Amino acid sequence: MEVMVILVPLALGLGLVGLLGFLWSLKSGQYDDLEGAAWRAIADDEPAPETPPD
Amino acid sequence: MQATRDFSHYVKDAGPGLRHIDLAVEGVSCAGCMSKIERGLSAIPDVTLARVNLTDRRVALEWKQGTLDPARFIDRLAELGYKAYPFETASAEAAEAEQSRFLLRCLGVAAFATMNVMMLSVPVWSGSDMIPEQRDFFHWLSALIALPAAAYAGQPFFRSAFRALRTGNVNMDVPISIGVILALAMSVAETVNHAEHTYFDAAIMLLTFLLVGRYLDQSMRRRTRAVAGNLAALKAETATKFVGADEISQVPVAAILPGDIVLLRPGERCAVDGTVIEGRSEIDQSLITGETLYVTAGQGTAVYAGSLNISGTLRVRVSAASEGTLLAEITRLLDNALQARSRYVRLADRASRLYAPVVHATALMTMLGWVLMGASWHDAIVTGVAVLIITCPCALGLAIPTVQTVASGAMFRAGVLLNSGDSIERLAEVDCVIFDKTGTLTLPDLEVVNAAGIPADVFGLAGQLALASHHPVAAAVAQASGAKSPLAGATEVPGQGVQAMFGETEVRLGRPSFCGAEQLANDSAHLDPEASLVAFSLGEAKYVFSVRQGLRPDARAAIAALQKRNIRVEILSGDREPAVQAAARALGVSEWRAGVTPADKIARIEELKSRGHRVMMVGDGLNDAPSLAAAHVSMSPISAAHLSQATADLVFLGKPLAPVVAAIDYGRKALLLMRQNLWLAVGYNFLAVPIAISGVVTPLIAAAAMSGSSVLVMLNALRARRVANGGA
Repeated sequence: MEVMVILVPLALGLGLVGLLGFLWSLKSGQYDDLEGAAWRAIADDEPAPETPPD
Repeated sequence: MQATRDFSHYVKDAGPGLRHIDLAVEGVSCAGCMSKIERGLSAIPDVTLARVNLTDRRVALEWKQGTLDPARFIDRLAELGYKAYPFETASAEAAEAEQSRFLLRCLGVAAFATMNVMMLSVPVWSGSDMIPEQRDFFHWLSALIALPAAAYAGQPFFRSAFRALRTGNVNMDVPISIGVILALAMSVAETVNHAEHTYFDAAIMLLTFLLVGRYLDQSMRRRTRAVAGNLAALKAETATKFVGADEISQVPVAAILPGDIVLLRPGERCAVDGTVIEGRSEIDQSLITGETLYVTAGQGTAVYAGSLNISGTLRVRVSAASEGTLLAEITRLLDNALQARSRYVRLADRASRLYAPVVHATALMTMLGWVLMGASWHDAIVTGVAVLIITCPCALGLAIPTVQTVASGAMFRAGVLLNSGDSIERLAEVDCVIFDKTGTLTLPDLEVVNAAGIPADVFGLAGQLALASHHPVAAAVAQASGAKSPLAGATEVPGQGVQAMFGETEVRLGRPSFCGAEQLANDSAHLDPEASLVAFSLGEAKYVFSVRQGLRPDARAAIAALQKRNIRVEILSGDREPAVQAAARALGVSEWRAGVTPADKIARIEELKSRGHRVMMVGDGLNDAPSLAAAHVSMSPISAAHLSQATADLVFLGKPLAPVVAAIDYGRKALLLMRQNLWLAVGYNFLAVPIAISGVVTPLIAAAAMSGSSVLVMLNALRARRVANGGA
């Protein structure tokens, strides 16, 4: 049962990291255009600029 | 005089050396447009950011401060095939967006708390071999997570409940707040007492589900605002203002002040209210009064925003908005109508008014019942609170917003935009539709009625000649002929027409007297007294074009579709009797009135209301604004006058009238589903409440019941996407 001393804080810490990540993504405007974001994921533009010539 | 375009009103600072502008873009509908626009704009040197927002149909641009003129972006977008307009965020829209972000933040906090509390609850539920100290430890941990999370994420509900209680009302948020707070308080007490069951998970999960509903509701409202903001920008509200004695500049209307002098050229729509100080012309005031005959304007004539200038150039001194007598009258009527608009009680509020007392009474009775049957006060209170938790309006809170969100999305695709969220419910109850004629049943653009009777080559030539004129009637001829290239050497005789040489023959287009075709014109006028006539002479051969506003292409079918749904249809127009009669006959509408004033329209609506009808008003003119406000629900076309569009509950796009029918269909379907959802929620309570009263509810049952009913309601809401006959 000593393992709980590690597991419980770890689980809560991970949850907190997730929450902070969500709040950060919200603040940086990633939820402002959900429709556009859906399409951006599958848009195949911006080819890698440093493609080798051959 | 060459006009310059001045966008400085819209440009904002975006950090050191950076400038920012927002543009509303027409026609952005897919991922392809998005990358095309972003790439096209990023290619302009000095541009540091070009990002399309597909939800709001806007582009945000940032560039290094310097020589780059924002007009360049608009030109670049035009080259790419998109019409763009500078855009200013209205404060109301900014507030909606902020509220929407706040709800999403609350939802995030609540959802993460729910997941973590669940993680701690599941071992308690399943671990029968768990030692009591361990269980207490898990309960304390749950409290540590749930209490601060609920304090933060519950704010939208607590605040609204507090506001309602302070004014002596009860809304849905009151039982929600009471339920959540009692559940948390009881759980803390139980934890202190080393009890087996706590309800931290139920309380925080309840908040999560309710916040989903709140967020959906808010995001629908936000999108509506954004669309309305775009519409205002897409109308390209600019005016040509005199900045010097002979120097003019194209400026946004927001930057025009009373006392400024603006130039109004033929074919331009006036964007301000004012008085003519120089020039003579005819103006088309159909957007203001519904009257289709042109009015002569000269020095001293009052012109209103929305008037179309026909023939001559005018200089207009801008007046303060309320000076005009007509406008003042309409504003007064509008204020009255808005005040009298009986506060419609939304379905959700009606449900919560019934719900709160029933639930609280049930919980109280349960508690007292158990005490009377000899249970301890502690057990009785725990059971009472369990009843409150299990009846907490999880599904009820989702029942309506989910349907509204899905239905408004479907309406958006059908070309109908919502101005107010509760209009969907009101739309469903409509049993009488009143149409304005000019601009609503008819299209605002002119069309040539007798095109079939004119030889194609003559028509083409007339169209080429017409391209040289700014006159709206000539523009209609040019449009109908499909002519692309203007005739070389065409000259305009002000107030008369245009002339040119076609080979050896002189061709003229304009007033019948200008072309020597009075006789022919008289005959045509006899046949169709409503039409404007424009004559065309090719040497000795004379022709007359009859030009008038045509009915919307599917107007007849749309009206028939309404009548098929047992909806009474009427026409109330400010136009003259013969014009209205002809339209009514063509559309198969037997109830019509002509020459009515704004006050008459309101009177008629009140009369129908008093007979128990739920009236929908469809109109576009400034003179319709008060009646739009007075009706149960109202709709206007996108071409409508500003005030009307702002007053209407819904706005429809495009030429067809079908969106009016589609809106009613979607509204009916949505109301049906809202009711179904409410009954689903009630049905769930019928099953769950007896279990709660009997005192055998465990936190596991509460969690399962709550999420089960919520998911069921959400799935049912998805059906609002489709209506039986596709809106036709």
